[in-house]
Amino acid sequence: MVTYHRDMADDDHVFKALADPTRRFLLDRLFARDGRTLSELESELEMTRFGVMKHLRVLEDAGLVTTRRSGREKLHFLNPVPIRLIHDRWIDKYTERRISALTELKSELEEQA
Amino acid sequence: MSANTQAPITTQVHRVYIKATPEAIWNAITTSEWTRRYGYGGDVEYDLRPGGAYRALASEEMRAHGAPEVAVDGEVIEADPPRRLVQKWRMVMDPAMEAEGFTRLTYEIEATAGGATKLTIIHDLAGAPRLAAVVAGEFENEGAGGGWSWVLSDLKSLIETGTRLAG
Repeated sequence: MVTYHRDMADDDHVFKALADPTRRFLLDRLFARDGRTLSELESELEMTRFGVMKHLRVLEDAGLVTTRRSGREKLHFLNPVPIRLIHDRWIDKYTERRISALTELKSELEEQA
Repeated sequence: MSANTQAPITTQVHRVYIKATPEAIWNAITTSEWTRRYGYGGDVEYDLRPGGAYRALASEEMRAHGAPEVAVDGEVIEADPPRRLVQKWRMVMDPAMEAEGFTRLTYEIEATAGGATKLTIIHDLAGAPRLAAVVAGEFENEGAGGGWSWVLSDLKSLIETGTRLAG
C-alpha cells in the first residue's frame, strides 16, 4: 500500500515537479514510450539510480507518474490527467480570452471597413 | 536501447483524485443520469455482472454529427461496486476501430485517508493502436474529444463543482 502524505495531487505539486529539466525529460521519455522500468529510465540519464528514483518519487507524489507491477517488474506510466487539469484550469481560460479578443477585434475592423 | 526485446507496453494509466465518495464515482461511471453530463455524454447501459452487456450510446450532439446510435460496446468481466469494474470495451463508431476488436478496461476506485477518492483507469490497448491514439487524446483537434484525461478532468469538475468544463 502506498501512503499519501497529502490527499490531492494539487497544482502546487505539479508545477514544482515540472520545474526541473530531469523530471521533464523523464516525462518525455514516458510520453514516447510508456510503462518503463527504473533500469530503462536510468539508462538514458547520466545520473545515479538513487537520483533517478528521487525524481520519480517527486513525479509520483505529484500524480504525474503512476506505477504498476507486472510480474517481478515495476513499470512507470505517465499519468496525463494532472497536466490536463492544469490545462483546463489555467491555459484554456487565457487562450479563450485571447481568441475572443481577436474575434472582437476582427468584427470591429470589419465594421470599420 | 534496442536490447529490450519485450513487446511494447500498450497499457495506458489515467488517474485522478476527486473529492467525493467511491459510491458517487461508481454511479458517475455506471448510470446515464451522470454519464450524459460529462465527457462524450450519452447514456450507458450496463448489466453489472460477469458476462453482462455494456453499451455506450452516442449523445444527441454526436448523432447530429453523423454518429451511429451505439458508440461503444462491450461486456462486463468483473463488477465489484463501488471498488472495481473490469470490462471489454470496443469503439464501434469507426469501422477501423471496430475492426481492432475488444480492449480491456479497468476502473479502480479507492477511498483515500483524507476523504477523497482515487479513480484509476487502466486501459489495455493491445492490438488497438488507432483506439489508443484516440483515448490518449491525439485527435482532439479533429473533434474526437480529448480521451481519458479529458473525460476524467471533466468528471472531476462536474462532481466537485456541479458544472462541467466548457467545451
